[in-house]
Amino acid sequence: MSFEFPLLSLVIWLPIVFGIAVFVTGDDRNAHLARWISLAGSVLGLLVAFPLYTGFDSTTSTMQFVESHIWFERFNVNYHVGVDGISMPLILLNCFITPVVIGAGWEVIKERVSQYMGAFLVMSGIVNGVFASLDAMLFYVFWEASLIPMFLIIGIWGGPNRVYAAIKFFLYTLLGSLLMLIAFIYLYQTSGGSFSIQDYHQLAIPMTPQILIFIAFLLAFAVKVPMWPVHTWLPDAHVEAPTGGSVVLAAILLKLGGYGFLRFSLPIAPDASQFLANMMIALSLIAVVYIGLIALMQVDMKKLIAYSSVAHMGFVTLGFFLFNSYGIEGAMVQMISHGFISGAMFLCVGVLYDRLHSRQIADYGGVVNKMPTFAAFFMLFAMANAGLPGTSGFVGEFMVIMGSIKVNFWYAFLAATTLIFGAAYTLWMYKRVIFGAVTHSGVEGLEDISKREFALLAILAISVLWIGIYPYPLTDVMHATIDHLLIHVSNSKL
Amino acid sequence: MNFIPPDFAPASSEIFMLIMVCVVMLADLTAGENKRYVAYLLTQITLVGCTILTFLSFSTETSQTFSGMYVDDSMADILKLMVYGTVSAVLIYSYAYISDRGMLRGEFFSLILFATLGMMVMISASHFLTLYIGLELLSLSLYALVALRRDSIIATEAAMKFFVLGALASGFLLYGMSMVYGATGTLHISQLAQIIQSEASSKEVLVVGLVFIVAGISFKLSAAPFHMWAPDVYQGAPTAVTLFIGSAPKFAAFGFVMRLLIEGMGEMVADWQGMLVILAVMSMAVGNIAAIAQENIKRMLAYSTISHMGFLLLGFISADSNGYSSALFYVIAYVLMTLGTFAMIMLLCRTGFEAENINDFKGLSKRNSWYAFITLLLMFSLAGIPPMIGFYAKLSVLQAVVNAGYIWLAVIAVLFSLIGAFYYLRIIKLMYFDEPETDEPITPNSEVKILLSANGFAVLALGIFPQALMGLSLYAIQNSM
Repeated sequence: MSFEFPLLSLVIWLPIVFGIAVFVTGDDRNAHLARWISLAGSVLGLLVAFPLYTGFDSTTSTMQFVESHIWFERFNVNYHVGVDGISMPLILLNCFITPVVIGAGWEVIKERVSQYMGAFLVMSGIVNGVFASLDAMLFYVFWEASLIPMFLIIGIWGGPNRVYAAIKFFLYTLLGSLLMLIAFIYLYQTSGGSFSIQDYHQLAIPMTPQILIFIAFLLAFAVKVPMWPVHTWLPDAHVEAPTGGSVVLAAILLKLGGYGFLRFSLPIAPDASQFLANMMIALSLIAVVYIGLIALMQVDMKKLIAYSSVAHMGFVTLGFFLFNSYGIEGAMVQMISHGFISGAMFLCVGVLYDRLHSRQIADYGGVVNKMPTFAAFFMLFAMANAGLPGTSGFVGEFMVIMGSIKVNFWYAFLAATTLIFGAAYTLWMYKRVIFGAVTHSGVEGLEDISKREFALLAILAISVLWIGIYPYPLTDVMHATIDHLLIHVSNSKL
Repeated sequence: MNFIPPDFAPASSEIFMLIMVCVVMLADLTAGENKRYVAYLLTQITLVGCTILTFLSFSTETSQTFSGMYVDDSMADILKLMVYGTVSAVLIYSYAYISDRGMLRGEFFSLILFATLGMMVMISASHFLTLYIGLELLSLSLYALVALRRDSIIATEAAMKFFVLGALASGFLLYGMSMVYGATGTLHISQLAQIIQSEASSKEVLVVGLVFIVAGISFKLSAAPFHMWAPDVYQGAPTAVTLFIGSAPKFAAFGFVMRLLIEGMGEMVADWQGMLVILAVMSMAVGNIAAIAQENIKRMLAYSTISHMGFLLLGFISADSNGYSSALFYVIAYVLMTLGTFAMIMLLCRTGFEAENINDFKGLSKRNSWYAFITLLLMFSLAGIPPMIGFYAKLSVLQAVVNAGYIWLAVIAVLFSLIGAFYYLRIIKLMYFDEPETDEPITPNSEVKILLSANGFAVLALGIFPQALMGLSLYAIQNSM
């Protein structure tokens, strides 16, 4: 193979290098410098990721921008990275969200600025590494390493109950991933000493081990997604995390779980996936319906959005296990769109929280009188969260419902209830916070969003509308890969 | 009759060490009260000299001497080099601590050197008696080291416990060895293996002996249910001595297990495998669960050691060079992490103040963000989170366990390490999420500063590039089997 510019490595390591540079700026006397370096790093990270899209060949399902070097020979582990139509959009999403997060913490974070910004940059690089890894051990190292910055972000800059939330987040996710590690070691043995994910895809495995492998993966990914009933860490983590942490958690880290299903569970254990599909669909539908009802009853805005995330991610897992292209593509679109929408929703709550230091719905009311621009943005994102046609939220949900009606009418029926519940909890919250008379003295003193906040929300609003109106550029790149995946999954590996 | 002198070359570094111990004692006697550092410098010179001698005699050949009672192979050389490096680091880390507490005396250094000599003899022994002499030399020096602060009640109590239980363990070991001798008629480890293989000996007697030997080994490794001494000794001993007990002797213990169980009684794998499984599971359970309840950091680390020893034993279960080399890798990683962690505890100690409670770590990141970061790396490494070296240690052991067909054991091991992650996270929580209780500055001398930074960095760097160390472990084992 001829020498090619290691673009993917640049996308992974550039944010990490900038993150370390930000750490080096030291204490808060250099906070200004730290902010600018991290903004430069995150924007550069986005710019270098663009060629992944422009240079991407959407007609093939093979891995592109592949780099492979020996990492350590003892266990035949390689630094093997590459992207396909599933991972490339997720990497772009991650690179896109990072500058937004840096911008969101610009003035708000006043203590230990360099550590805060640096942690986000390092995490951005690590997450790119997770999406790009084609070696299971490399994947695992990035996967676990991503816990460290998030643990610190929640624990240092979070709310009053942050210690509990941080440790719960860490241990919950560690539990799932350790069993995945055993599955990897088992696959390493059965494949005759290889950690290559692509080798695993071709490996014939009998049914019982396949089911056990599927369950080990399921624990790792279900916790991350999170699926009902292992979702309980998410509301705690979201509520206690600082705004930037919530945005990254919802927009990026949850996608790691969804990505894991597509990269590992389905292709490595296709027979087990088919066998257990009904269980997975049931769990997903419970998430959609039951968690939707729970969201309705929340009095804390962040908790409400956290539960709505669980419900929306239920759509993603539902789509995966329908085994048709509408389902999986819809789930992919839903993941990307959820990244924008949930990120934007948390930003909106963050805007309010920065001003009044309360997340309780009851502490607001009549905000539109004081912050009309903000109310308009919030309206758009609330509608998108409810799945209004013309926004990105609609495309994914619609495709998944289309996919499920092909499989079973009742699946589609139950899934479609989200259009009602989603609208109910989002818009009801919106109404209570934004409309009505000004009843609290705090709201009286609110000022409308600053230019910085306007810019951040505007970027996200454009993305939400763009995918809502013209999703083709997104579905086009993933089409070939997902078709290939479906063919692969339909062939038994027994 | 001609007297043929034995070949002293394979034992050159031991002989040098013995001479130097005497030199250190004499030098300290003649040097005045305010020239105590002479002993320190001489000790470091001794270690450097031993390193050079071992390095010069390094070869892939296995050479035996003293009528086959003493062996010098590449595993022995590599383990010894590790021991020298560790002891040297222990001394650098402890210098300030012991001089603050009036322990900067010749006794401290000569006892440490005697203990080191004991480890070297254990590592190179190929005869039950040599092995036992090395073990006792190490143990007796350690008992004395623990009791070095004779006015401290808690230290004296710890030393007493250590001595009584240690003597019991030695008794077990000797009894087991005598059983094996009775069954096979030899004390030579290499001959023992041949006799067991030829099945010329009574199996029943051998197995009884094996049980006692494994019990004795477990005492020395502090594997549950023979772990009771470890928490009290770790807590009671001066922190510098705890650092020593917790680090270098683990290499010797590894050598001990290799010589006794693998080289000597490797044919009886079916018999000791099951015992090791029980010991490993119990150690991981007791260590990890009991550590959660500890408020004393040294006690917590003692339980953490117990759980790590359980993980280490898992490496031996697969009974092949893959498993042994992963166990060796685990020991190296473990010692590296222990060194850094205890060095951090000593860093938090001041004149007249012992950092003993985990709350002494509170708000460390605000007091000194660099040392907090190093401790963060060490804690994540102990918890086995990548990309720190502790993860690769766990990975290689787990790989060996799965390879041997014990998937359920691997699942148990990771579940206990999940429990273990909690108490390491708690230290990080104290450092990063809590406010400091004191703003006393942390002022290490420059050697400690450099060494501790290098130590913390090594935990990360060897994790990102683990090949060299993994290759070395494999080399050491494969060349000696």
